[in-house]
Amino acid sequence: MSGTLIGCDAVIYREAGQFKTTYASDQQLFPILQDRIFVIGFLVFAFGVMPFIGTEYLFRAILVPFLILSLAAIGLNILVGYCGQVSLGTGAFMAVGAYAAYNLAIRVPDLNLLVVFLLSGVFSTLVGVLFGIPSLRIKGFYLAVATLAAQFFIDWLFARVKWFTNDSSSGSVSAPPLEIFGRVFDSPEEKYLLVLAFVCVFALVARNLTRGAIGRSWMATRDMDVAAEVIGIRPMAAKLSAFAVSSFIVGVAGALWAFVYLGSWEPLAFDVNRSFQLLFMIIIGGLGSILGSFLGAAFIVILPLVLNQLPRALGISLSTEMISHIEIMVFGALIVIFLIAEPRGLARLWAVAKEKLRLWPFPH
Amino acid sequence: MNLHDAEPQTVSRKLGEVVLRLDGVSLAFGGVKALADVSFDVREHEVRAIIGPNGAGKSSLLNVINGVYQPQAGTITYRGETRTAMEPHHAARSGIARTFQSLALFKGMSVLDNILAGRTLMMKSNVFLQALRIGPALKEEVAHRRQVEDIIDFLEIQHVRKTPVGRLPYGLQKRVDLGRALAMEPKVLLLDEPMAGMNVEEKQDMCRFILDVNDEFGTTIVLIEHDMGVVMDLSDRVVVLDYGRKIADGTPDEVRSSQAVIDAYLGVKH
Amino acid sequence: MKAATSRNLTIAFFGLLALGAVSPLLFMGSKLAPWLEVILGGLMSGVLYSLVALGLVLIFKASGVFNFAQGAMVLFAALSLVRLMEKMPFLLALAVTIAIMVALAWLIERLVLRPLVNQEGIVLFMATLGVAYFIDGLGQTIWGSDIYTLHVGMPKEPKILFEGTFEGGILVSMEDVIAAILAAVMVGALALFFQKTSTGRALRAVADDHQAAQSIGIPLNRIWVIVWSVAGMVALVAGIIWGSKLGVQFSLQLVALKALPVVILGGFTSIPGAIIGGLIIGLGEKVSEVYLGPTLGGGIENWFAYVLALIFLLFRPEGLFGERHIDRV
Repeated sequence: MSGTLIGCDAVIYREAGQFKTTYASDQQLFPILQDRIFVIGFLVFAFGVMPFIGTEYLFRAILVPFLILSLAAIGLNILVGYCGQVSLGTGAFMAVGAYAAYNLAIRVPDLNLLVVFLLSGVFSTLVGVLFGIPSLRIKGFYLAVATLAAQFFIDWLFARVKWFTNDSSSGSVSAPPLEIFGRVFDSPEEKYLLVLAFVCVFALVARNLTRGAIGRSWMATRDMDVAAEVIGIRPMAAKLSAFAVSSFIVGVAGALWAFVYLGSWEPLAFDVNRSFQLLFMIIIGGLGSILGSFLGAAFIVILPLVLNQLPRALGISLSTEMISHIEIMVFGALIVIFLIAEPRGLARLWAVAKEKLRLWPFPH
Repeated sequence: MNLHDAEPQTVSRKLGEVVLRLDGVSLAFGGVKALADVSFDVREHEVRAIIGPNGAGKSSLLNVINGVYQPQAGTITYRGETRTAMEPHHAARSGIARTFQSLALFKGMSVLDNILAGRTLMMKSNVFLQALRIGPALKEEVAHRRQVEDIIDFLEIQHVRKTPVGRLPYGLQKRVDLGRALAMEPKVLLLDEPMAGMNVEEKQDMCRFILDVNDEFGTTIVLIEHDMGVVMDLSDRVVVLDYGRKIADGTPDEVRSSQAVIDAYLGVKH
Repeated sequence: MKAATSRNLTIAFFGLLALGAVSPLLFMGSKLAPWLEVILGGLMSGVLYSLVALGLVLIFKASGVFNFAQGAMVLFAALSLVRLMEKMPFLLALAVTIAIMVALAWLIERLVLRPLVNQEGIVLFMATLGVAYFIDGLGQTIWGSDIYTLHVGMPKEPKILFEGTFEGGILVSMEDVIAAILAAVMVGALALFFQKTSTGRALRAVADDHQAAQSIGIPLNRIWVIVWSVAGMVALVAGIIWGSKLGVQFSLQLVALKALPVVILGGFTSIPGAIIGGLIIGLGEKVSEVYLGPTLGGGIENWFAYVLALIFLLFRPEGLFGERHIDRV
């Protein structure tokens, strides 16, 4: 699997006149001025404008799930896209984060909720590293099947062991209200902003890690682990650190998903279908790309909504059940189409579009 | 490693003590014997060539030296320490770097990142600082970037530094491979057919790079090469392998006139 | 440790495990019967796992692809058959289903395998993931998602055997016995096919090296259609047997997913491995459910196979009979 670094192909036209005189300036997050302006503008819009113009439906059904799933996708992408370790157990790690947060919030009620979320990431990290140890011996799809062991075992654990669900008779639990520093986050706008803040911070952290020495060790291990070993990269350190960072992010995403989006949930919310969904997101969005994680998540969140509206728009009436079956078909077909046509996903398509823009309006 | 300031030395190399020695090394894969009882030594600062017909076990020999393969018998003594097998990580740590015949580059990364990857052992900052990219982590990135740019200048690949290596022509990829090895600031450099597939000009460039590295930094070089002209010109001593066995060991002139070597290359049954 | 020693040790380990499972027999006297029933039950379901795993091994042997869609194929085949049987007699429905599976194989080869022919294994694996979802959705869109009962004339009443030797006799499901026999026949036929026929040889050549096989004139595309069709047949047989037992419904797919750990245990390229792996998993599941079930609560079957495969992989990453992979630099 080869990922691609966005920005790797320097778009010379757009850089015209922007010469970097120090390495530090060349290595900053968005070296091209146009990109910086775009990102800052986007952030201003997202934080400052959106809360006032968005509808409740937009926040609750689209933006919040999109943001949280993007976060999980970033976590998974670090493991699969950057480090090349196939994992089908992501749902389980989200579950660990969710149940850890739940138990912490209930049993240690004085703990600040932000701390709870971060601690739940730590728990997820511990579990993730444990299930990552096999990756030192096992590769490729063997590893994928091994991660299924994590998925099914953890599923069973949370269903069986009553302590995790606080002895709930129905097996489902409800999260306590979102109260941080005395302020309750219960309106859709507030939830949106909370999640947006988390995602921005984590996306930045992820980007920094992937651009740094640890990110290079991940990619080296992915591309050719024998050669990586020869230049001094310890495969064990690289793989386990990928599992650790990935599980941390996925765990926090799981806690957010449970507390902010779902409110109350049961173990099925994090089953193997969730794992597949996240994997599809990063395949379609682009392996080895932070931007791709966002694009893939957006795609997967929006597609069912489009598919739901489409029959009505076309005048055909279909049952919701039928629509969900067709949705599954479309997902499957899209995976195959993307793997054939553009294995590097939407992120690559986006990069190609930018290249075209560089020459526009000239044809070549 | 400042590649611009050092002055090139004169042709005669001052050879040091023995820095690497193999004793009775044997390597087999299942029933296939790759190396049989091979012993030789390498002195510091020298250029040692390994030659022999195809399939003689030359690459396997390099793989044993830097730990990719573990031999079934024999020992490796490096800088005074004797071991029955090298671990790749230990080899890298103690200053052995190498290039590969089949270019084991990281295809998904750019030239810059590939060579920066070679600096991994020297980058010490921990995960949390890297995550925030502040303080020591940032300073480190910039400092090592500077070193890597020096190597890029030295190898004359500035124009492709941000290109993913998978897209580069073979000759440039070979330079990146060398650059990544150089980034480790090695004491011993193992080169596996560095000139394979190159035209005359590219070969001259590569020879120049290798000589420069050996002149300016005193790096000990062990190289596998098929081009006899290169071998005779560059190397101090030569080891000849055939069917996994050492059949000659000495200066280029001695080896060239050895009957066993001539027979091996001409395919005479022995 | 050397490959042969580790393999022998692993076989010894599992032999001991099997012995341990069976050893209560020595001490139980008249209570023998229930134990034997558990073991026989485990072995039976093991045979069925082996059947599904066989499809996986076939495809891997011949096209180097890990077919995640095998489970979906089992369900799809069973669904097609059971729904067609509502409209037409069994044999006709069977024929049509076979035709459908062959068409499916052709489509997969044309639309998925051919465009991805030079990609790495992991890309193909993810493609089969997509195919799995597609077939899953397709089956439910066309045939519906209710539970359907499949009547193929399998005897439903259990029989009591060996009444003389054991008190009360052993309760054995005749359905399982016939299924086991059918599966064994199928496995034997396939093993012979691979070893003795020229097409089988061609398939093995293709599995080894696509380009080399092409260069000696083996028609890659046709071979792949053949292989996926045969895998489709195997899926159909597995679907009939499982479906007749459990009813044709979505959970069939999850059951079939268990074939993945089976293949891991046995090694991807080995037919005997698939058989032995299936037996081990089937036996292990039943025994652990009986032994550990009361203490840990039910549902162990959900993860036992996978955890067993995981533990196994730690000691022997290439499976019982798989080939060790050497990284060449």
